[in-house]
Amino acid sequence: MGSNPVTWLGSPVFPKAAKAALADTQLRRNLRKATHTIRDKRAKAVAELPDWEQLRLAGEAIKDDVLSNLDTYLERIEAAVTARGGVVHWARDAREANEIVLRLAREAGTDEVVKVKSMATAEIGLNEALAAGGIRAIETDLAELIVQLGHDRPSHILVPAIHRNRSEIKEIFQREMAEKPVSDEPRELAEAARRHLRRKFLSAKVAVSGANFGVADTGSIVVVESEGNGRMCLTLPEVLITVMGIEKLVPTWQDLEVFLQLLPRSSTAERMNPYTSVWTGVTPGDGPQQFHLVLLDNGRTDALADRVGRQALRCIRCSACLNVCPVYERTGGQAYGSVYPGPIGAILSPQLVNDMHDKQAASLPYASSLCGACYEVCPVRINIPEVLVHLRAEAVEAKGRTPESVGMAALGWLFADARRYENAQKVGSLARHLAPSGRISSLPWPGSKWTSTRDVPTPPAESFRTWWRKNRG
Amino acid sequence: MADARSVVLGRIRRALADRPAAPEIPRSYDVTRPLGDLVELAAERIADYRAEVHRVTAEDVPAKIAELLAARGAARMVGPVDLPSNWQVDVAEWMIDSPSLTIDQLDAADGVLTGCAVAIAETGTIVLDGGEAQGRRALTLVPDYHLCVVRVDQIVGIVPEALARLAPTRPLTFISGPSATSDIELDRVEGVHGPRTLHVLITD
Repeated sequence: MGSNPVTWLGSPVFPKAAKAALADTQLRRNLRKATHTIRDKRAKAVAELPDWEQLRLAGEAIKDDVLSNLDTYLERIEAAVTARGGVVHWARDAREANEIVLRLAREAGTDEVVKVKSMATAEIGLNEALAAGGIRAIETDLAELIVQLGHDRPSHILVPAIHRNRSEIKEIFQREMAEKPVSDEPRELAEAARRHLRRKFLSAKVAVSGANFGVADTGSIVVVESEGNGRMCLTLPEVLITVMGIEKLVPTWQDLEVFLQLLPRSSTAERMNPYTSVWTGVTPGDGPQQFHLVLLDNGRTDALADRVGRQALRCIRCSACLNVCPVYERTGGQAYGSVYPGPIGAILSPQLVNDMHDKQAASLPYASSLCGACYEVCPVRINIPEVLVHLRAEAVEAKGRTPESVGMAALGWLFADARRYENAQKVGSLARHLAPSGRISSLPWPGSKWTSTRDVPTPPAESFRTWWRKNRG
Repeated sequence: MADARSVVLGRIRRALADRPAAPEIPRSYDVTRPLGDLVELAAERIADYRAEVHRVTAEDVPAKIAELLAARGAARMVGPVDLPSNWQVDVAEWMIDSPSLTIDQLDAADGVLTGCAVAIAETGTIVLDGGEAQGRRALTLVPDYHLCVVRVDQIVGIVPEALARLAPTRPLTFISGPSATSDIELDRVEGVHGPRTLHVLITD
């Protein structure tokens, strides 16, 4: 782990983590049920809009415009928020952002903050940093609460506790809550969370949130949620601190008309999520009278410098790509070793870490079969397979000279010339004598690297070229 | 040492050394759409979220409010300062937000009655902007029951039409049904931290 704790310290490389996850049959059942439920619902919610593709095209272009003029738009939102009584802070990295939030919470004279679910604060490890500074952070989103009370790690962008089923959640709540749930009915579990958090909401002095969107023109911040925990945090405390990645902007209020259609249908497969809050600086007599906006870089500018990879910064964190991914469905999110799992995590985490010598980060672009389902559902048309292949090339380059790269270079030489190629094929067909059964299941090193996870079909007796020459030539 | 602001802006300018041309934004998506009877659609879509919807004429609004409150046994109701006086029906005691009610007072109330700014038929969404008959945000958040009166002239078809009517610098709350969660097995259940019951009166 470098200066960006985007990936969890000590996480194994993806293939190793995946192997462990695949052995967990309960996990696979939970994930299969949840991802299939949401897949069908998303397809229906999207099919309802006749202009879905036009919305995607607009969403892509608006985000590309933001990225192309990011400096201008950041200065613009800073001016707008400031003009409306808010205070804007800039953070180069996780440590700096955490220090700012800790200082602001201390200045407010509190030892406890309530939190709205936020990927940015999970990314920077804010809760741990606040705890080290003597301030308790209370997660109020139901799934975040399940993760926090279960002393667990998140496994999904939208539903961090997706790997837990109802009976596991009931057990966690019974262990950790004063007023215990009596059954594992989702309604009863939601009710238990309500009872558990109610007094906290009504007495909290400081709240910390993320942001789904920030409107550069007006300084308005948007938080999209379901439970009302967001509204509680954004409305009742005296002080509100919002940590927002620098890429979360849209240029104008009008642009939100695109994203308020794309996000809920892609994310929870609803026509609209239950609650969306919009606020601009401080409104006298309504809501927090102190507002701080922390603009977070933490590796985003490194991703921005990559001409292919920068499209990952369009992401609006809907998690549709996770829900359709055949790899994610089987391994779950924790195998990715980062708060950003799934296809988007596989391209975002390595770019935020920005160090392909980090073995864990470098293993993530391989956590994909390149089937392209993620690209098809992405509401802002991030070409995830393209970025995966691009990052694989970077990972290979970072490794320098390896037996594999030497072998590949030799193959390149072999394939570059027709005669050399044909002679090699003749040699290759001799390999059929290794396995008369039609499958080769174990090769000597270095071929064992391949056959440790799959069989090799035996080569045919003669190549197509030879056959063609004999029969049609 | 340079300050964080200039460092981050400097990094961005270096990262954009190639200054990719900002694309033309293709706004060929719908900004309005023929949806038939908007009032009927709004009623149906709001009800889809398991909110209770009633359609009444303007003169029947007070009687309907009285009927709904009586049926719930809602005796202590919260209202914004400019709540129409004929909505403050006798079946309940009215706690008006002037001077400002405390959070504990709001928590002790049985419900809140407001109007709205805009409603979106296609998504079944009600938007509050703190304007006429709505009050500050806490009023519609802490009480467990929200009764909202929507006038037909406040109903638009789709999201872009709604945003065009709203001022982003006002504190806005978009409400689509009662509070809910999909956090357990990605299946929606109603009733978490926000009002667990939402009733909507649509009137002309």
